[in-house]
Amino acid sequence: MANKRVVTCTVNGREESFLCKPQQTLLEVLRDELELTGTKEGCSNGNCGACTVLMNGKPVVSCLVLAVECEGAELETIEGIADHGHLAPVQQAFLENAALQCGICTPGFIMSTKALLRENPNPTEQEIRFYLAGNLCRCTGYDKIIRAVQDAADHKIASN
Amino acid sequence: MRDFEFEAPTTLDAAVALLAEHNGSARPLAGGTDLIDHIRTERLTPDVVIDIKKIPELNILEHSADGFRVGAAVCCSRIWGDETIRQRYSALADAASIIGGTQIQNRASVGGNICNAGPAADSTPALIALGATCVIAGPNGKREVPVESFCVSKGKTVLEPGELLVEFKFPARPAHSGSHYRRFIPRNEMDIAVVGVGASVTLDGETISDAQVSLGAVAITPLLAKEVSDALIGKPANDETYKAAGEVARSSINPITDMRGTREFRIHVTGVLVERVLREAVHRANS
Ligand SMILES: Cc1cc2nc3c(=O)[nH]c(=O)nc-3n(C[C@H](O)[C@H](O)[C@H](O)COP(=O)(O)OP(=O)(O)OC[C@H]3O[C@@H](n4cnc5c(N)ncnc54)[C@H](O)[C@@H]3O)c2cc1C
Repeated sequence: MANKRVVTCTVNGREESFLCKPQQTLLEVLRDELELTGTKEGCSNGNCGACTVLMNGKPVVSCLVLAVECEGAELETIEGIADHGHLAPVQQAFLENAALQCGICTPGFIMSTKALLRENPNPTEQEIRFYLAGNLCRCTGYDKIIRAVQDAADHKIASN
Repeated sequence: MRDFEFEAPTTLDAAVALLAEHNGSARPLAGGTDLIDHIRTERLTPDVVIDIKKIPELNILEHSADGFRVGAAVCCSRIWGDETIRQRYSALADAASIIGGTQIQNRASVGGNICNAGPAADSTPALIALGATCVIAGPNGKREVPVESFCVSKGKTVLEPGELLVEFKFPARPAHSGSHYRRFIPRNEMDIAVVGVGASVTLDGETISDAQVSLGAVAITPLLAKEVSDALIGKPANDETYKAAGEVARSSINPITDMRGTREFRIHVTGVLVERVLREAVHRANS
């Protein structure tokens, strides 16, 4: 049996060290070792995007990353989005646009949106749809999500 | 997931030594977008997983007068984000920008795409059209293989146990040349090609002086369509030529029927895509 490894990385700005086996995915470690259960497990094969987190600023599906690969990495998860207990503008925009129903896909969508707006503060509808193509939602039909992202981009939503 | 050891060597020699030491029971890990799922579903059962992303040679992206080199582990978003690739090796940028979605492109490499050896791998036809060469390192040193000979059947490549794909080398692009890769899928994104077509053309005035056409998802490996390429050379760059090339492509393939499309549909779509891809490649050569 492979020995457990110590991995040290930054999670939402805080340095964390955890023990993991080589076969544990980042998704498993976030949820089961670090108790960051905001990141959701959907398909477990990279197709649905529910487990999206940012690794060194870029969206990745955490079910297709081994936790041991994260040595030295900077990770951002949904738990790091709100600002001192207040909803971030992206979260507020999702809420106000009713861009969610069951909510399982939402953390993944919010993480992808965060990265999109950092890279491209004024995306077109087409750019939003393409950037978010790796996040699936079976409830909303997407239009409300797109509107939420547009509102967050337009800074129509004040943070509160 | 089943148990395995993990290594992350920082030199090519160390990676080759590890692969050789484990003689077939070790697997390189690039972006993991195929490998991790294959281990989870036990299609692959390695005892050791070797992360190759820390090896400098596998991460290069270098343009020079002789052409261009890209490391096997460079991820798709780095490829399509490179202005020179977009301008001069556009077919590769086209393919890298349609493999999966944002999350996949931030991890998936072109090396992993070809080593996985799927018939519908999107970047392989682009590499073939652009005349790339695979540089392979192994216990006996380095060797080079033309990209169209790298895959030998579904899931199988020329790599021997202990060998690692290091980089792709591309010849410099002649003046007045353009390239394009395009696939047919029922959606706009996030799907596997029913047919994929790559092409590179070089123009001498209004005449096609050189052409290389490649086809994906119509055989067990991506193909260099020699007959199609030959049928274009010396012809005027116009719709009639593209249409004729599409017909040559249709009669040169022998695809199967599967859940993604029937044989008849694949043959039909191949012709349509060849025409469209050539038109765009010529447009790019002119601009
Ligand atoms: C949601 C999703 C969507 C996808 N969409 C597409 C798509 O549209 N088009 C497409 O073509 N593919 C698609 N794929 C498949 C996959 O993303 C690509 O094949 C990708 O390019 C694989 O690269 P990787 O770096 O992740 O490879 P890995 O998974 O790391 O490796 C793939 C295989 O190659 C071996 N390998 C990797 N690098 C080397 C090397 N340098 N030398 C020797 N062996 C090596 C590994 O051991 C493994 O067996 C998709 C996958 C997912 C999960």
